[in-house]
Amino acid sequence: MSELTATQRLALIREKGRPTVRDYIPALFANFIELHGDRHFGDDAAIIGGVATFSGIPVTVLAQVKGRNLEENKQSNFSMPHPEGYRKALRLAKQAEKFHRPVICLVDTPGAFCGIEAEKRGQGEAIARNLMEFMMLRTPIISIVLGEGGSGGALALAVCDELAMLENALYSVISPRGFASILWKDATRESEAAELMKITAEDLMHFGVCEHIIDEPDGGAQTAPDLTAENIGEYLAEAVPRLKATDIDTLLERRYNKFRKIGVFAEE
Amino acid sequence: MALEDLFKVVKDRSKADTKPKADTKVKKPGMGVEIPRGLLFKCPRCGTVVYRDDFERNRSVCSACNYHARISFRERLEMTADKGTFTELDAGLTSLNPIDFPGYEEKIAELQESCGIKEAVVTGVCKIHKYNTVIGIMDSNFMMASMGSVVGEKITRAFEYATEHKLPVVLFTASGGARMQEGIISLMQMAKTSGAIARHSEAGQLYVTVMTDPTTGGVTASFASLGDIIIAEPKVLIGFAGRRVIEGTIKQKLPDDFQSAEFMLQNGFVDMIVERKYLRPTLSKIFRTHNYTRMEEYKGGAGA
Ligand SMILES: [Zn+2]
Repeated sequence: MSELTATQRLALIREKGRPTVRDYIPALFANFIELHGDRHFGDDAAIIGGVATFSGIPVTVLAQVKGRNLEENKQSNFSMPHPEGYRKALRLAKQAEKFHRPVICLVDTPGAFCGIEAEKRGQGEAIARNLMEFMMLRTPIISIVLGEGGSGGALALAVCDELAMLENALYSVISPRGFASILWKDATRESEAAELMKITAEDLMHFGVCEHIIDEPDGGAQTAPDLTAENIGEYLAEAVPRLKATDIDTLLERRYNKFRKIGVFAEE
Repeated sequence: MALEDLFKVVKDRSKADTKPKADTKVKKPGMGVEIPRGLLFKCPRCGTVVYRDDFERNRSVCSACNYHARISFRERLEMTADKGTFTELDAGLTSLNPIDFPGYEEKIAELQESCGIKEAVVTGVCKIHKYNTVIGIMDSNFMMASMGSVVGEKITRAFEYATEHKLPVVLFTASGGARMQEGIISLMQMAKTSGAIARHSEAGQLYVTVMTDPTTGGVTASFASLGDIIIAEPKVLIGFAGRRVIEGTIKQKLPDDFQSAEFMLQNGFVDMIVERKYLRPTLSKIFRTHNYTRMEEYKGGAGA
């Protein structure tokens, strides 16, 4: 269990050298074939999608692409998807449903991209559609937050049967900086916000958002990417066959209830 | 980040909207007399100043530019439901403080007092032109109608009720997005409501969204965008990201009509723009074309 504060984890997951899906996909999967495009507008490099096998089981992989350097980041828009990225993900998820392949989502994004073109092409609608369709998708879905799980842009790949988080990963409604800037009109209170917001893997387990925490080596995933990939693989080796063996209607009922029961309120 | 700045933007836009203090005076151009500002409405879109009485008689629509201004839950219900037909659902739900955000309970209590409602959405059943329907109305006066646990739960329950009773749902959306004061719990309400809509939809029931000012952020990115039919009111703000965030990214000012109802229609994300005065007959026609049956012959008259 990580001893780090939310602020320390925030710094750690932003460190250069933190492994990305470009490291994890080859380490975890065999026979990976990347599939491009949403069939409506274009192909978004911020989300990689494709088919592969995991321990001999065909799966569909949907992954948000942080760059390992500026060049890669430019190419993948710093892992901030456009609507066509979410629509590509949905297309491939529906394809996975057709061929009864489990879907594995690797979540790592500061958020959905905010721009004129993204608005014109319906960023809100694209995310909303994924939430609704993933909820009813008749095949298992596992989401793993690798670093940043930023807001609706992360949730669009995280309506799932099980959510796992790397030990130092964070998942939040808004970045701590944004939180401080909006609620306190003071972006410099970022670290205070990070502690208050309850965004660590343990916090999210407490809220019923996260089901499983995957160990990272001391110093974070970047100190031993291979070991981290092994830990992810170990989790998947247990979870994929288990979910695949579960009756699909039972699975869908559980998936609905996983989200249905999240909420904190009083009732007279 | 998607939601950053959104509140700021929405607040800026709403400033002109809120009733000016009654004790300040303003000189109306060309009139030469001082009248209390509370008697006037200044349109936040075109700047035209009109008497508040005239404005309210015009269903809170700007007579100069047709901007459909923000109205309270009560006003919306009165102009939408058949008189005396509304029964509230889940009226007893109130917010707690999941991340212990300082001052949250006090803020909620204040708003309950000033708005006369317990949370940012009120749900219930009513008749519209004698068609039975589930209705949900968001009220932007209540913390910019942001979505926390109670909003998410009430909307989810409204859809579950409608699924069980084979009823359509009409939702009037207005929101600054997710309620950040509730942390990750607020984000999860997007998934929860979308799930309930999916089941209502699978049961073959109709969901009509009416997007009102402002429909933004996590609400646009969940239930607001999932209607079988999406109606928008003229000139209202509809979008995902905050205007300032986008302006910050592109380093230039956005055109005025960016993220307007008209912009959304042009880009294919709403089915139609309908003025307030035509909304009831429009909804009636929609119910009729979806095989819902009227309870008895309609004899006219709105007002709850
Ligand atoms: Zn006007």
